[in-house]
Amino acid sequence: MVAAAARAADVRAARQIAGAVPDPELPMVTLADLGILRAVECEGEGERVVVTITPTYSGCPALPEIAHDLRHRLTQAGFTDVIVRTELAPAWSSDWITAEGRRKLRAAGIAPPGPAQRRQAPPGPVPLTLTATRREPVPCPRCGSADTTQTAAFSATACRALFRCEACREPFEYVKEI
Amino acid sequence: MTEDEFAAYQSLAHDTEDHRWAFGTGFTDPLEGIDASVPDGVDAAALATYCLMLGDDALIYSHRLQQWMTRLPELEEETAIANIALDLLGQARMLLARAGLAEGAGRQEDRLAFFREENEFRNVRLVEALDADFAELTGRLLVFSAWRLALFGRLATSRDPVLAAIAAKGVNELSYHRDYAAQWVIRLGDGTGLSHDKMQAALGAIWPLVDELFRADEVVAALPGAAADPRELRAEVDAVLDTVLAAATLDRPEAAPMAQVAGKSGRDGVHTEAFGYLLAELQSLARAHPDATW
Repeated sequence: MVAAAARAADVRAARQIAGAVPDPELPMVTLADLGILRAVECEGEGERVVVTITPTYSGCPALPEIAHDLRHRLTQAGFTDVIVRTELAPAWSSDWITAEGRRKLRAAGIAPPGPAQRRQAPPGPVPLTLTATRREPVPCPRCGSADTTQTAAFSATACRALFRCEACREPFEYVKEI
Repeated sequence: MTEDEFAAYQSLAHDTEDHRWAFGTGFTDPLEGIDASVPDGVDAAALATYCLMLGDDALIYSHRLQQWMTRLPELEEETAIANIALDLLGQARMLLARAGLAEGAGRQEDRLAFFREENEFRNVRLVEALDADFAELTGRLLVFSAWRLALFGRLATSRDPVLAAIAAKGVNELSYHRDYAAQWVIRLGDGTGLSHDKMQAALGAIWPLVDELFRADEVVAALPGAAADPRELRAEVDAVLDTVLAAATLDRPEAAPMAQVAGKSGRDGVHTEAFGYLLAELQSLARAHPDATW
């Protein structure tokens, strides 16, 4: 009983530490904010922590850094055996970014994503988008104006696009819905 | 950048003893911790070859796209093509890792990418050619991504759960690639007289390699439920290409398929002349310093 309670406390502590690790590409948000932390579990007598993460995009070069940070911070907190696993299915969606994560992105001048367009059950074809015009405007994270234009569908990382606000004339980044 | 934003970056640097700013210094198996067992009834050797085919398509095309870096017309296109190449490289890493695990001979992704010979690569010939100009880049990217998106859409329900997961993830990425390419083909095709002519000429150069994408394959035939029959993709891809070409005021080229060699082509390890040079560059560093780490 005592062991079980201690173990539950361990899992809570590990979850908190893992969830608070900043994303290397978007350090204003944490792994928990981004929704890329899938699970934190203790195995055996609680000495082994298994953290499961998921990549945003297939080529995300930040994944080894994230795994490294997780191992480092959990080891510093006294967990001696830390294992970081990758899980691919279901594929990460920008819908998994939490409300807190969206608030932090906006505060840092990055527009959070709108709802991801879900296809009908695969293998239905994905509809073509032949113009850069969006159905839902992306409001400027600085002045709030809805009068914004996409200047590029890709940006410094795979998960972001470039926009310009026509009201305040500032460029800004937008986390793409996926 | 405000102080708060900067503090976020500081926290990254201070918290780790051996912090490395350069990414790519700590490569790990992209499928680490994933259950890689091959499901009952799926031919493991055929699955390994099939994953090699799809992985090689992405690896070689990613390399060709990387060769465009610093040569594109605008900074926005640099970031776009770099990101598309990165997505494809990510897909290639997972697929080659999957191939190595299914094969069961201990070959990892780097061994497969850097230490195979030309005739062991299984990529289609479409991805080997050096684009003559930006029009050819966008045309080839449109054909490649429309085809691969249709393929991955079907593989998302593959009997191999690892391949299904890789494909489902890839669908989201390829949708962006295809839309990017389609928008450029329309802009150039329906642009000035000069851009129209260049775009039409680019399609003419690419089209002889399109037929090969939809050819029946014995490896696919050995993987019912796990692989997707290339012949079944044609209608979906044609519908996409016809829509884009119509909006771009371009004609679908009437081009005979590029000849095979004794009935063999890219999927069989028979490639175009350009491929040997490409591979020499791609593999030179790893072969000069085998098993080096940094």
